[in-house]
Amino acid sequence: MRGAWLTGAVCGASLAFVLACGGGERASNAIVVGHVASMTGDTATFGRSADQGMRMAIEKINAAGGALGKPIELVTEDDRSVTEEARTAAQKLIQRDQVVALLGEVASSRSLAAAPEAQRAQVPMISPGSTNPKVTEVGDYVFRACFIDPFQGAVMARFAVEELQAKRVAILFDFKQDYSVGLAEFFRETATKLGAEIVADERYTSGDIEFRAQLTTIRAAKPDAIFVPGYYTELGLIAKQARELGIDVPLLGGDGWDSEKTIEIGGAAVEGYYFSTHYAADSDSPRVQAFVSEFQTKYGATPDAMAALGYDTALILADALARAGTTDGAKLRDAIASTSGFEGVTGKISMDPQRNARKDAVVLKIAGGKFRYHKTVSAE
Amino acid sequence: MENLLQQLLNGITWGSIYALIALGYTMVYGVLKLINFAHGEVYMVGAMTGYYAAHALGVASTPSLGALLLVLLVSMLACGLLGALIERVAYRPLRGAGRLAPLITAIGVSLLLQNAGQLVFGADPKFFPALLRSEELVRVGGIAVSNIQVAVLATAIALMAALQYVVRRTRFGRAMRAVSYDAPAAALMGVPVDRVILGTFVLGSMLAAAAGILVGLSNPKIDPLMGLMPGLKAFVAAVLGGIGSVPGAMVGGLLLGVIETLVTGYLSSTYRDAIAFVILVLILLVRPTGLFGAPQTEKV
Repeated sequence: MRGAWLTGAVCGASLAFVLACGGGERASNAIVVGHVASMTGDTATFGRSADQGMRMAIEKINAAGGALGKPIELVTEDDRSVTEEARTAAQKLIQRDQVVALLGEVASSRSLAAAPEAQRAQVPMISPGSTNPKVTEVGDYVFRACFIDPFQGAVMARFAVEELQAKRVAILFDFKQDYSVGLAEFFRETATKLGAEIVADERYTSGDIEFRAQLTTIRAAKPDAIFVPGYYTELGLIAKQARELGIDVPLLGGDGWDSEKTIEIGGAAVEGYYFSTHYAADSDSPRVQAFVSEFQTKYGATPDAMAALGYDTALILADALARAGTTDGAKLRDAIASTSGFEGVTGKISMDPQRNARKDAVVLKIAGGKFRYHKTVSAE
Repeated sequence: MENLLQQLLNGITWGSIYALIALGYTMVYGVLKLINFAHGEVYMVGAMTGYYAAHALGVASTPSLGALLLVLLVSMLACGLLGALIERVAYRPLRGAGRLAPLITAIGVSLLLQNAGQLVFGADPKFFPALLRSEELVRVGGIAVSNIQVAVLATAIALMAALQYVVRRTRFGRAMRAVSYDAPAAALMGVPVDRVILGTFVLGSMLAAAAGILVGLSNPKIDPLMGLMPGLKAFVAAVLGGIGSVPGAMVGGLLLGVIETLVTGYLSSTYRDAIAFVILVLILLVRPTGLFGAPQTEKV
């Protein structure tokens, strides 16, 4: 009996301690910004890179006096790369942390899960890297700092048909991810319009590890190129299995490949493949080079596109806060919407009436175990 | 035609992994009439052990057949111990408590291992080191056979042959069959039932570990929740073959792998998982004893 009482007391005390620690420590005057991010799970590098980029930007902003004379504090909530958890993470940040704005997610399906929460609470949300058009259609409080997939899909379709001279193209997409479904659709549309034939149209599910069945069907269709608009984890496995089956035509993809893990998983199998993304770390633009070297000093790694977009996203928000002169949701929303000609690492950012950033895309080639700048495709 | 043959090869390779896991389900069911739902997690631990063993033994970046066999051995031993531990801690205390209690415990152990796995290994996927450098071995017509596929198939076949030998030709195998046939009678004849059950768990877990290593070799992404789906699929395979029947689990696993591959290759991967479970329902309706299971008469 006595033992039970003691255990209860210890549990109660430790619970109180944990609760006390959870709430405290916040600088009382800070502007709190939330970040819904995949810090773990299948697309962990997206969340981590974006978070690093944002934190680096916020550190600079705070060193220069913060926004509205107050420091910005970033609270990151992990959604473990799970679609349903992005909604919960957004709810937590909005209700528990009372954030003035929400940054994230990178994956479109997860942004689509989080966005209705931001819209309902009238908290402005900026996604660094969700390219599916539906994301910003959720409502007028939802923005993105990147281009959208009708553009990205067309870029890669043009690249396949015009530059690689592909007449027969195959598609292998992830039908559980809005990003992949959308990008495949826009690619299909443009490629067909340019006169290429879609000879195989296969699908997989996020989390799959066995792709030999689809790849065998694709191989039988004898394509000149294969478009795989998925995320890097599956891509690495797909590339390996494709090579094992003797498929030697190039695989093409979108910004979902932009992670160092693509090379870690795919190894020699991803050599010679191409993908479109938001920026090239080896670009000779002084703005990019300054960002890359600062990032390398801070984190000891080359920033990928999500890191660059995360950095830009935080700066766009700080810029809008300064112009709004308040953290009030409606006024902040208007300020973000009027962002124009903002010079970011990933290009010049202007919000269009649909709250999308119109920006150029770059095509990178994987060669010698590195992403190498191949060309820029203008948004105009 | 060559396309079909390639798909069959893909399917048999994939199915041999299901078969190895299914064997553990079926053997434990044989001796204990228990569906050990923690079995998929043993497979996960097998893959994880292989990952850490390869790095600890320094063979992660030096692909060779010896490296593969070494990692396979370490992982099988570790999972054999884990299987014994699970039986001793979670199931033996419930012996004679009816069939529902151990079933619920099995689900508990499964959840425990999944969550402990996330805690210990981290929730991020890991990438299994390439213990063999993948290369196309032969190409017959249009059929590409890679050394990885050969290694997976050869290991699976060798293990299944070894298991058949143990079950059919050894004293332990005879004791196992006796317990499976009638445990109380076997006990009266002096068969150490508890020890036989423990040994069955060890054997089944070792096969699951091997499946984990083979999947790491051919599909090198592993994570703490990887056991969930293959665990369920292997259970379907065991029921398909006739739960309790060792050859049934082998055939059931291979068949399920081939069916999944053909559905993915010729219909759409959208139906793949659904079909596996439709098969389960159909078997339970049409032939509940599975392909190889003998119809049992209830003893009165």
